[in-house]
Amino acid sequence: MFRNQYDTDVTTWSPTGRLFQVEYAMEAVKQGSAAIGLRSRSHVVLACVNKAQSELSSHQRKIFKVDDHIGVAIAGLTADGRVLSRYMRSESINHSFTYESPLPVGRLVVHLADKAQVCTQRSWKRPYGVGLLVGGLDESGAHLYYNCPSGNYFEYQAFAIGSRSQAAKTYLERRFESFGDSSREDLIKDAILAVRETLQGETLKSSLCTVAILGVDEPFHFLDQEAIQKVIDTFEKVPEEEEGEDEAEAGAAQPAEQGGAGAGDVAPMEM
Amino acid sequence: MTFTIPIENGDAVKIAEAESQRTLYPYVTGTSIVAIKYKDGVLMASDMGGSYGSTLRYKNIERMKAIGKHSLLGASGEISDFQEILRYLDELTLNDNMWDDGNSLGPKEIHNYLTRVMYNRRNKFNPLWNTLVLGGVKNGKSYLGMVSMIGVSFEDDHVATGFGNHLARPILRDEWHADLSFEDGVKLLEKCMRVLLYRDRSAINKLQIAKITEEGVTVSQPYSLKTFWEYSSFHNPTASAEGSW
Repeated sequence: MFRNQYDTDVTTWSPTGRLFQVEYAMEAVKQGSAAIGLRSRSHVVLACVNKAQSELSSHQRKIFKVDDHIGVAIAGLTADGRVLSRYMRSESINHSFTYESPLPVGRLVVHLADKAQVCTQRSWKRPYGVGLLVGGLDESGAHLYYNCPSGNYFEYQAFAIGSRSQAAKTYLERRFESFGDSSREDLIKDAILAVRETLQGETLKSSLCTVAILGVDEPFHFLDQEAIQKVIDTFEKVPEEEEGEDEAEAGAAQPAEQGGAGAGDVAPMEM
Repeated sequence: MTFTIPIENGDAVKIAEAESQRTLYPYVTGTSIVAIKYKDGVLMASDMGGSYGSTLRYKNIERMKAIGKHSLLGASGEISDFQEILRYLDELTLNDNMWDDGNSLGPKEIHNYLTRVMYNRRNKFNPLWNTLVLGGVKNGKSYLGMVSMIGVSFEDDHVATGFGNHLARPILRDEWHADLSFEDGVKLLEKCMRVLLYRDRSAINKLQIAKITEEGVTVSQPYSLKTFWEYSSFHNPTASAEGSW
């Protein structure tokens, strides 16, 4: 995509029927670090790569709980993502208050998509620069949706967004047909394996990824470091010294702790 | 909030002030509703009367209506407010249907929505002058709840409004049990309605019984209860009270 004379305004069409500002917003999603979602009939798992600005800082929070039955993973401009997560939480809690019943995720994503569409049709606004993987429960079971800055939304069995997500998508494409009947544990394993694909060579450690799960009898929650490391240990063939170091890190990082643990690695912040 | 509107009326120009409006008292009212959970769902009974003060003015008012696929609403109190509530619920269920996404509002959701509406109106000193009974079945689970005009809301196995609370609930507390058959449920409701007919001045002898199950709502045709007036004390009512009539 090259710069051209039709891309200044979001309300300007190009002669070929494209809105370049919207497409540029979608580029922003591709720049963010990877986020992955997959679902079975009863569970949805969201996973993301923890990217930090520098070694000194903590990593950005990219997975948010919207309600007990809905979670969202974002990629792109995390500030936009935070604002939209707050909107989703607001919609969800208002519905719960009025109807004493959880908001069906299918309706939430439509509200979200309509909100994004507004920004593609006002000259004084800009599109949200964030892609959202929304996982949640409905009357009809577990669902995973992808909401785009363009205001489109799609339902998926499994999906990945952000940088180097193509590698994860390739992995998921090979396996997605079995996800529907996957057990909870297999689904988590597949999510972490998909994250590993996006790292492309880097050793997979539990400190590098955040995983969250929700299901029919399981409210949304994050998996703690030890649980993730256990899954990693089942498939990662790691030399002795590094493995010892990883286990020490996993042991030292308490679920609720925020501080750094181990050599230079920062423990993710738990909700 | 007040604003002035000059109105020309011949020589004088009247200045009208918009005052806050609120419900002060009801005009056309329905009397008790009685409802119970039974084996397949919920049974609800009401008479078809609309009283205008102490006059039994309207005798063909349906005070129970189906809401959506899963619920049944019965109302006592101001009939025009009941009609207003039906309009709100119509809009609600219409929008719910328009989603066309496999999700639908069940009785619990409708009950809570109504509770919010009633309570918010009460807070504005402009209540909808009704006591509502909401029954329904969704995914095999029966639901029966009540909301009053001040927003008091609860669920129970059997509920009644107005006089029904005083005359019918004691009968139900003694004789209701889980998994009543349809016939036993109707008999129990008729027993309650008969007592109400004898003792509630605003009751009329023309009632309907509505049933809601997983399959849907059916409201019976109106019918009358058999009454018995040949009690010996009715023959000579003043026998024990000289001077009275």
